[in-house]
Amino acid sequence: MEVLDIIRPENQVFCKTGLMTDATLSYCPGCGHGTAHHLTMEVIDEMGIVEDTIGIAPVGCSVLAYDFMNIDMTQAAHGRAPALATAISRTWPNKYVFTYQGDGDLAAIGTAETIHACNRGENIVIIFVNNGIYGMTGGQMAPTTLAGMRTSTSPYGREIESMGSPLKMAELIANLPGTYHVTRQSVHTHKHARKAKKAIKMAFENTRLGKGLSFVEIVSNCNSGWKMTPIESNIWMEENMFPYFPLGDIKVKGKLK
Amino acid sequence: MPDLRLMKGNEALAEAAIRAGIDAYFGYPITPQSEVIEYLMTERPEKRTGMVVLQAESEIAAINMVYGAASTGKRAMTSSSSPGISLKLEGISYLAGAELPAVIVNVVRGGPGLGTIQPSQADYFQSVKGGGHGDFKLYVLAPASVQEMADFVEDAFDIAFKYRAPVLILSDGMIGQMMEKVVLKDQKERMPDEEIIEKYGSWATTGKKGRERNIVTSLDLQPEKMEARVHRLFQKYEQMEKDDLRYEKIHCDDAEYLLVAYGSSARIAQKAVQLGREKGIKVGLLRPITLFPFPKQQLFELTDQVKGILSIELNAGQMVEDVKLSVQHKLPVEHFGRTGGIIHTPEEILEALEQKIIKDGGIRYHKARESSLL
Repeated sequence: MEVLDIIRPENQVFCKTGLMTDATLSYCPGCGHGTAHHLTMEVIDEMGIVEDTIGIAPVGCSVLAYDFMNIDMTQAAHGRAPALATAISRTWPNKYVFTYQGDGDLAAIGTAETIHACNRGENIVIIFVNNGIYGMTGGQMAPTTLAGMRTSTSPYGREIESMGSPLKMAELIANLPGTYHVTRQSVHTHKHARKAKKAIKMAFENTRLGKGLSFVEIVSNCNSGWKMTPIESNIWMEENMFPYFPLGDIKVKGKLK
Repeated sequence: MPDLRLMKGNEALAEAAIRAGIDAYFGYPITPQSEVIEYLMTERPEKRTGMVVLQAESEIAAINMVYGAASTGKRAMTSSSSPGISLKLEGISYLAGAELPAVIVNVVRGGPGLGTIQPSQADYFQSVKGGGHGDFKLYVLAPASVQEMADFVEDAFDIAFKYRAPVLILSDGMIGQMMEKVVLKDQKERMPDEEIIEKYGSWATTGKKGRERNIVTSLDLQPEKMEARVHRLFQKYEQMEKDDLRYEKIHCDDAEYLLVAYGSSARIAQKAVQLGREKGIKVGLLRPITLFPFPKQQLFELTDQVKGILSIELNAGQMVEDVKLSVQHKLPVEHFGRTGGIIHTPEEILEALEQKIIKDGGIRYHKARESSLL
């Protein structure tokens, strides 16, 4: 039997979504971004909404998200993605608009844009990948870096007294009346990835129904920044990140859990 | 019957924006331009034309909202005053880099810092020399009346979409706040979504439908590609200089002395020209209407005719540098300005012309020339 016999369309049970390009991902091997990208594109593909979907890429590791996501995308200035999404959603009320942002982008330089877009209850989806570090610039301390965690700008570990506590954005914005759905997921195992995909799908469904702002946080690893192997980093994430950033829904249908 | 009204400059600009059929305005309050968003909020343009008006959480958010709407082919504008424009410059640089059409209005107040809320022209450098980071220019329109505050909105959008580039309307606290008669144009329809998708389908991110995906970005990590982008921008600026320069000459035909002034300064300078002529001084006024492109050639051509030039500005001397570059040291060029929110009087301007150019200017110029300083 030839390989081509096995991968005949009628035999195929799974294939890569056409909404991911064939470009080589710029992410480090082991990073969760690739999975988060795939899940988001699979949802858009399965919902059949690509013709009406506009994505906003951030500044950070996923600045080149538009190289990998085969959809219409605009790249925003650092932290400003929710402002762009606000304007696009307001001027094209029937479109699906989402931002894809990291922790430095969303929770540090873009805190104001994030909180105010959430507070206005814009009819958009925010996908927030939280890996507790600035990956792109080489592993500096992020607003979500855990206490005691060593980074290049907290070389002796994050000191809460002088550097503040890691920011729980999902809990913070869930308390705003404008947010409709707030959830925290991860993508490091198949089980978690399936749950995360469901959460992303629900977020886009909320846009379809005009329900307002859906916020999907994905706690992810940064094996390069954390200076670990991919497997070590996933174990470390489970043991250290999840206790501080617990997975699960925080706000469902406008009600805090 | 023309629709003649008595309006503030800021209000006329806001009403003209609705009538020009623009899609969205995003702003943040700051004196002396808050009337723009106040007027728009009161007028309910969402009911009149479907135009979106939103008070943003900051100047930064407002310009990035403009960037978002512009990336989808919508006509979007923002307005602010000097300190607010400083905040917007990051976004303006991104608009230029990503080649997006948008209109920004600066109703200038005195600076630096929080400065004053009174009129000023101290943002000339910021406006015509780029202001934000990177290699780019803005097409800059300088209104000198309430009528031009209204008319320039549509003109600015025409240029922005012609070149796919951000355009700045550089007003000031005097033009924005004063009331004057203005003839308003008829209401234009906003462009339907289908037309936007068809017309701007080669670049706008409206959703991938029946074509390859569109990407709006100012990022090019390949040096050759980034250089090509910068070259493309500067080809546009060259074209603007060829095709879209605007200026006005007042009593220049027989002028022996020349005033150069834009915006509110030009109005005061025009009165100074009248006073000078009454005294028998043959003085004319060249008013740049666009500050970029700048009427370089027109100024150079006047060097065979006039004996000296005085640049009249509400700042410590900014446009005067471009005047000097234009005349290439063939003539004495001096600056006369007031700052701090003070507006010069026509009499002051005439006195400055007599002192700096007619009396001293020539002598100082020739002395400097002899000692090869020029």
